[in-house]
Amino acid sequence: MKARVFVTLKKSVFDPQGKTIADALHSLGYTSVGDVRQGKFFELDIAAPSADQAKTVAAEVADKVLANPVIESYRVEVE
Amino acid sequence: MKFGVVVFPGSNCDHDAYHAAKHVLGQDAEYLWHKDAGLKGADVIVLPGGFAHGDYLRTGAIARFSPIMPAIQEFARSGGPVLGICNGFQVLLEAGLLPGAMLRNRDLKFHCEHVTVRVEQTDTPFTSAAVKGQRLRLPIAHGEGNYYAAPEVVRELEAARRVIFRYCDERGEATDAANPNGAVNGIAGICNEARNVVGLMPHPERACESPLGSADGLILFESVVTALAREGAARTA
Repeated sequence: MKARVFVTLKKSVFDPQGKTIADALHSLGYTSVGDVRQGKFFELDIAAPSADQAKTVAAEVADKVLANPVIESYRVEVE
Repeated sequence: MKFGVVVFPGSNCDHDAYHAAKHVLGQDAEYLWHKDAGLKGADVIVLPGGFAHGDYLRTGAIARFSPIMPAIQEFARSGGPVLGICNGFQVLLEAGLLPGAMLRNRDLKFHCEHVTVRVEQTDTPFTSAAVKGQRLRLPIAHGEGNYYAAPEVVRELEAARRVIFRYCDERGEATDAANPNGAVNGIAGICNEARNVVGLMPHPERACESPLGSADGLILFESVVTALAREGAARTA
């Protein structure tokens, strides 16, 4: 089963890379783009009997390793 | 006394730390490979700078799972002095031995320069020979030294006097202009609750001999040598 984990900096944490990307987009004329947040994307192949169980494993892995809970939050999707 | 310098794949200041301990201070020193399970009888542990595991995932995130880390956790828990320098500081944060995390420098640039830090507290094994308010000229070399912790954690660190080094200007003022990376409250280094684990972004081990531009970093190593000698004398007395 394929799980996708999206990791981004928490809303309360300043993201200098996202800000720089937003500035670049604005200088290109994309004034409709507001805030940009940069993050990380992981695709995990998980051998699990159900989507729910795969999601549990992915969330646990995200919590322990893929994201640093001090500065980042994550979202899990299972296919 | 014996310094144990931990070597991760990608550490690049391990030799500097070893040199400072062994050749500048004349102490015993030994490298500890990250796959070692024990600490070879080291009295003080240094986690050196560099790019452990290529900084994959996050700085220090993979090093945290090294086989040597449980022994270091235990050493720290039992009160042993642990110094994390730059990447070593980042490893201590990821390992939960110190609170907080590192963000990319606020200007997104890798900073490689000399900065001035102020010694905020002297009741740690690595600052006991320093004077409160003493200014140290130390090099920094990092892209992710923008120390961050939740506001309540920062308040707790300040209240418990756990901010050990703060970026400052030449007059000792902790101004925003003197802050090279955007670290909250200009924090350059902190300690744990028991005060035996210290992490800092600047590199004292690269500033132990005047031909290198500064010998101000020596005070951290001298502090721990003196502190441990005193402890040893107290134990035998």
